[in-house]
Amino acid sequence: MEFRFEGVEKRHGPNVILQSLTLRFAAGSVSAILGESGAGKSTLLRLLLGLDWPERGQVLIDGVALEPARRLAVRRQIGYVIQEGGLFPHLTTLGNLALLPRHLGWSRERIRARAAELAELMELPTALLNRFPGELSGGQRQRVAVMRALMSDPPALLLDEPLGALDPLVRDELQQRLAALFRELSKTVLIVTHDLPEAAVLADRLLLLHGGRIVQDGPARTWLEQPADAFVRRFVAAQRGGLAEALSGSRGVHAGSR
Amino acid sequence: MPAPAEARGLRVPGLPGVLRALGLLLVAALIGGGAPSADAMGAAGAARAAFAGPTASVGSKNFTESLILADLLQLEAQRRGLTLVHRRAMGGSAILWQALLAGSIDAYPEYTGTLRAQLLPGLAPTAHDAAGEAALRATLARAGVLMGPPLGFEDRYALAVPSAIAQRLHLASLSDLRAHPELRYALSNEFMDRADGWPGLRRVYGLAPRSVRGLDHSLAYRALREGAAEVVDVYTTDAQIAAQHLTVLKDDRHFFPRYDAVWLYRRDAAVRWPALAAAINALAGRISVQSMQRLNAAVQLQHRDDREVAAAFYATLAPGGSAAQAASSAAGSPAPAPAARGTGSGPGSGAQLLARTREHLLLVGISLALALAIGLPLGVLGAQLPALGRPLLALSAVMQTIPSLALLVFMIPLFGIGARPAIAALFLYSLLPIVRNTLTGLASIPAPLVLSAAALGLPRHVRLLRVELPLAARTIIAGISTAAVINVGTATLGALIGAGGYGEPILTGIRLDDVGLILRGAVPAAVLALLVMGAFQLLERAVTPRGLRQFREP
Repeated sequence: MEFRFEGVEKRHGPNVILQSLTLRFAAGSVSAILGESGAGKSTLLRLLLGLDWPERGQVLIDGVALEPARRLAVRRQIGYVIQEGGLFPHLTTLGNLALLPRHLGWSRERIRARAAELAELMELPTALLNRFPGELSGGQRQRVAVMRALMSDPPALLLDEPLGALDPLVRDELQQRLAALFRELSKTVLIVTHDLPEAAVLADRLLLLHGGRIVQDGPARTWLEQPADAFVRRFVAAQRGGLAEALSGSRGVHAGSR
Repeated sequence: MPAPAEARGLRVPGLPGVLRALGLLLVAALIGGGAPSADAMGAAGAARAAFAGPTASVGSKNFTESLILADLLQLEAQRRGLTLVHRRAMGGSAILWQALLAGSIDAYPEYTGTLRAQLLPGLAPTAHDAAGEAALRATLARAGVLMGPPLGFEDRYALAVPSAIAQRLHLASLSDLRAHPELRYALSNEFMDRADGWPGLRRVYGLAPRSVRGLDHSLAYRALREGAAEVVDVYTTDAQIAAQHLTVLKDDRHFFPRYDAVWLYRRDAAVRWPALAAAINALAGRISVQSMQRLNAAVQLQHRDDREVAAAFYATLAPGGSAAQAASSAAGSPAPAPAARGTGSGPGSGAQLLARTREHLLLVGISLALALAIGLPLGVLGAQLPALGRPLLALSAVMQTIPSLALLVFMIPLFGIGARPAIAALFLYSLLPIVRNTLTGLASIPAPLVLSAAALGLPRHVRLLRVELPLAARTIIAGISTAAVINVGTATLGALIGAGGYGEPILTGIRLDDVGLILRGAVPAAVLALLVMGAFQLLERAVTPRGLRQFREP
C-alpha cells in the first residue's frame, strides 16, 4: 500500500502543524517519523486513517485521494497501534482481537485460528487470549495491540509510539520482535517515535519533522554524516550513543536508552 | 404561577435522597395552594372531554372539614340514587379548582372568600352585596361552573393566641398585636400565600412580627402546644379552638371577607346528573358553625373516621328521618365506596399495604420506563453532538429545579388528576439523571479508546454498541438507579393529586396529626427505596464486565 501526501497543510486553530507537506511512502517500505512532542507526528498518521482532515492539499492511498466516504474501508486496510495499546478493558484479549473480524462476518473458528497464529508470531502464550487487558503486563498488552492491528492481515501498519510506555528490558525485546516482523511481513509500515536508536533499529528510512516540515529524510547513517541543519545535529547529538550502538548492531540489554 | 417558596417552616437539609424526598412531601403537603389562576380555564376546558369520567365525582381538599362535606354530599346523592365517587384530600384550593375546570371532578366544597380573593382575583374581594354575588356567579358561569346555595356556616380565617397569653398581654383584637412584635407566628402556607391572608393582613394592621414561619395548618396547633409559636391562623370552625383554649382575635378593621361554605359544580355535570344538583340544593343551610366544629372535633380530636362521623350526622339531618332510615337506604343500594384507599387501620391494612405498594410501583415503574425510552437515546445523541448535549443537559437540569408540587399542578390541566399526571411529572424528574449519566458516561470514555475504536474501521453504531455503551454502562446504571430512588420518594407526592401510593397515609397522617399513620406511608417508601437501590447494585454488578470490575484503565 502506497501513501502520498500532496501539499498537505494542517492547522489546529492558529497553530500550523504541517505546512505544504509533500511526501511519498512506497509500498512495502518501513519508515520512522521522528520529532519532538507536538511536532505533528501523530497527526500524520491520523490523516492517513481519515481520523483528521487537512485544511489544504490531499492524502492519496494507492494513488486515490482519501475521502470521507471511503474512510471506513481504508481504516480496515490499515492496522493501527497506539501507545499503551488502546485495548478495550471490558473485552478479553480474544474479544479485542475479534471486534473487527466479527463485524466482517468471520466465523468463530476462523477468528480463533487467526488469533492463535498471531499469538505464535508475537510470542504471546495462548492462555492469555482469555485474559482481560487489566490482567496483562504492559509488554503483553502491546503485543495484543499489534495482534489486533494484524488480525485482518492489512497491507499497511501504523504505529504511534508503540513502545513508549514500556520498561527498557521489555522494550528491547519487543523492539527486536517488531523489527523481525516488519522484515517478514513486507507491509507498508510507519512508526512514530521520538527515540532515534529505536527508529534506526526498526526502520530503513527515518524522517525528522520540525516546524511543520520534514527537515531530514534518509537512512540513519545519513543523519550522522549529512545532517541538514543545526536542529538535526542537536537531535542526533542528544541520542548519539544509542544511535551508534544501534547502527553497529551490538545492542545489549541496556539498549534503547532515552 | 407563584413558586411555592413559602416553605420556610420546614428545613430540608442534605439528607440522603429518600429522606429528602419524604421531606419534600411534607413541604408540599404544607403548601396547600399557591397557584391561583383563572387563565387556564380555556385549556382545561379543552382537556375536559378527554378525561370526563363515566361516574360523577366529588373532590375534597386536604383538611377534615372538606372531607366531611364531601362525605355528606356523597350520602345525600346516594339517597337520590346517584353514586358519587369521592376523590379524597386532593390538595389545596388551586389543585381542586384546576381539577374542577379540567373535569377530573364534578364538584367540591369551596368558600366564597377563597373564590373572590384567590381563584378569581379579578373580582372585588369584599363585594358581598347582590351585585357582587351576581358578578361572582357570572365569572364562574363563563368557566362552566355553578355555585350552590350557602351550606349554613362560615369558615373564615382568623388569628388566634392561647387564652393565657391573650389575658396576660391584653390581646382582644388584631390591632392589639401591633404592640407585640416579639410574638412568634406559625401560619399555614396557604394563608401566607393568599392575597386575603397574611400579605393583606399585615398591611392593613401594620404588623411586623420578628418571626413568621409557614407550616401546615394541622401542625400549627402542635406548634402552639409545644410552645414553638404564639400566634396561629385558624379557621373559625376548627375543633381545637375550644379544646386548646384559644382566643380568636377580633377582626376590628374588617379585613377578612366572608367565607360562606358553598358547593362548586360543573354545569355539564348538573345536566348529566340532575341528582347532583338536587343533592347540593338539599344541603343548603343545613350545617351550622357549631355543627361543623363538632364534626371536625370528632375526627381530629377523637380520631374517628370522617365517613363514620359524616354518616352519623347525616342520619340526624335527613328530613323527618332517623338513623334507621338512613342506614336502611344505604343498605338497599351500593354502599358509598368505602375508601378504596382510606386511612387504613385494623384487619384490612395488610391488603391495603399491598394495594398501595402496587400503586406506588406502577407510578415508579411506568415513569421510569418512559424516561429510559426517551432519556437513553437523548443521552446518546447528546454525547455525539455537543451542540445538542449542552442545552439538553441544561434543560433537564431546569426541569429538576421545578418544585415537585408545582410540576404536579402543571400536569393537571394536561392529564387531569390521578396516576397520569403523577407519572408525567415523575417521568420529567427521571430524565435528568438518565440523560446526564448517559451523556457523561459516554463523553468520559478515555480518548485513546475512542480513537482505537474509530481506527478499527467499525461503523458508528457498532462502536457505540460494542465499545462505548459497555464502557459507560456503570455510569448509566448509576443514573437509572438515582432516578428510580428519587422516583420512589417523589411518587409519595402523587397522593396530592389522587395518584394513590404510599403518599396517602402520609398526607392523611399530616392532616390528622397522626404520626403512626405518617409512618405507615413513610416506612414502606423508605424500605422500597432501599430495595430499589439494592436491586440496582446487583444489576450493576451483573452488567459490569469482569475486565472493568477489578481494574481501571489498562
